[in-house]
Amino acid sequence: MSVQYPLVQVRVSEPLAPRLTFAEEVVKFVRTKPLGAAGALVVLAMLFVAVFVEALTRYDPYQGDYALQFARPSAEHWFGTDEFGRDLLTRIMYGARIALFVGFTASFAGCTLGALLGVLSAYWGGTLDLLLERLMDVLLAFPQLILALAIASILGPAVQNVVVAIAIPVIPRVARVVRATALSVKEHQYVEAVQALGASRPRVVLRHIIPNIMAPYLIMLTAQLGAAILAEAALSYLGLGTAEPTPSWGLMLSGSAASYAEKAPWIALFPGIAISLAVFGFNLFGDSLRDALDPKLRRG
Amino acid sequence: MRTYLAKRLLLIVPTLLGVASLVFLIMRVIPGDVALLILGGDGGNIDQAQLVAMHRELGLDQPLLVQFGTWLWGVLRFDFGTSLWTGQPVVEELLIRLPLSLELAFLATGVSVLIAIPLGMLAAARQDTWVDYVVRVISIGGLAIPSFWVGILVILLLVIYFGWGPPLEFTPPWVDPWANFQQMVWPVLTVGYRYAAVTTRMTRSTVLEVLREDYIRTAWAKGLAERVIVIRHALKNAMLPVITLIGTEFAFLIGGLVVTETVFTLNGVGRFVVDAVAHRDYPVVQALVFVIAFGFVIVNLLIDLTYAWFDPRIRYR
Repeated sequence: MSVQYPLVQVRVSEPLAPRLTFAEEVVKFVRTKPLGAAGALVVLAMLFVAVFVEALTRYDPYQGDYALQFARPSAEHWFGTDEFGRDLLTRIMYGARIALFVGFTASFAGCTLGALLGVLSAYWGGTLDLLLERLMDVLLAFPQLILALAIASILGPAVQNVVVAIAIPVIPRVARVVRATALSVKEHQYVEAVQALGASRPRVVLRHIIPNIMAPYLIMLTAQLGAAILAEAALSYLGLGTAEPTPSWGLMLSGSAASYAEKAPWIALFPGIAISLAVFGFNLFGDSLRDALDPKLRRG
Repeated sequence: MRTYLAKRLLLIVPTLLGVASLVFLIMRVIPGDVALLILGGDGGNIDQAQLVAMHRELGLDQPLLVQFGTWLWGVLRFDFGTSLWTGQPVVEELLIRLPLSLELAFLATGVSVLIAIPLGMLAAARQDTWVDYVVRVISIGGLAIPSFWVGILVILLLVIYFGWGPPLEFTPPWVDPWANFQQMVWPVLTVGYRYAAVTTRMTRSTVLEVLREDYIRTAWAKGLAERVIVIRHALKNAMLPVITLIGTEFAFLIGGLVVTETVFTLNGVGRFVVDAVAHRDYPVVQALVFVIAFGFVIVNLLIDLTYAWFDPRIRYR
């Protein structure tokens, strides 16, 4: 197997390439990143279901029909029903709302707080940097599960508390990465220039440093989305996340699902597929976005 | 090197102290009272004298600072106290469960490395071909599929089709290797697949980056075989971030196996933590968090020290 290297590489340098319209960008993304486009499709489909779920199903996610316990998948109930006779497909569609809500809020809150702390740490430096760094060390070493357990015990099992439990461990990881980037941005001459022009500290941070750490921030944010959905599922599965009768995918798999599984395997099957598909979509999309944003990974 | 090591070891102290204070604080903020749980009531019909006596017996009547000081002093002498719930020394309780979790973490990491590095390398060497796509789909799938769900499915298949049931007692490998293997193989594969997915992606992207370097082009120009270039020249230089990842994941595994242990009903450290929090068993939770954090910090230090071995240009200051 040999690799051919062309003798002359002629490429239009980035600033000279024609600026693409949004539609052209989309077409280019779909053509060069088919996997990413597939992921984007999954994400869009999930958003669509979450928004229009009331119109898409005629069943109620909470109200069961005991005459229909453990109904097999059929034309009436595509994914069958659970131990209370609730339509599984309906519950999974409502579950998309919870998954998206937790995924977006937890990763946005965690990444944003982490990024702000990272920038602060890098720009102010000195004692503040030292203290924040040690705090991040502590948060990193602290087992995430204990944190989730504690938050669930103090605040009670509710969706917004799950968001807190998932967001906190994200903070130190993002802070590390952003701090490193901000440290190098800070050394650039344009920062020195605006400082010499008398720009205030908040202005330097807001107008010059933050825009330049957006790439790692966005990359970590998209990478975190899938992970947050997965974390919500795991916490709910352990009984530390949302509480019954919330239609959370992880909760649907916990406790009863495994014990009824021999009689009604669909209860354990479909929520798992929903989680996997959602996280798969977000990861594929995030991956391709990273490839597109990171010039080092572009195919030369 | 020596100053670097001293500095790093010194930095462990504030981190562990922070972790210790945090867990101590959190456990005291959580509502619930171990004395009430031991006395077996829901709080309704327990007489106050009994409760006060129980508090005194457990040492919970002391001021918080004194409790914290006593505990820290104990930790310095490797004495983690006794469990409020079972009355056994915490260290003994821990030693029963630690081997299982450590074995699971080691084997799962081993399996993941054995799968991930060849696959990641292959995907990078064949970027944008069907091999690359298959590897990427498998690895992104491993990241997306919740390991507890894989566990549930594996158990279902085994129970329904093979009449297999998870054994209730942990058999250490040095007692009966075969029984141990039967017990551990599914959890190890379940966790191993997930971590292989993470490591495969990292290996692929770092090898890809290295393959664009000039010295790789030189190696091609010399007419070296692709196998030699990818394995000897590219892989070794691409290993730094991969090693970091493997180490960090391993450190997380020690404390992060709760879900797997729950699915496969294994009596490991993870489940121990959950039970201890439920019982408000302060000494046990504090000890476990401390041990897990210690393991995490030490593993991270070891990772940083291996850098020099992989890349002799790295100097520690």
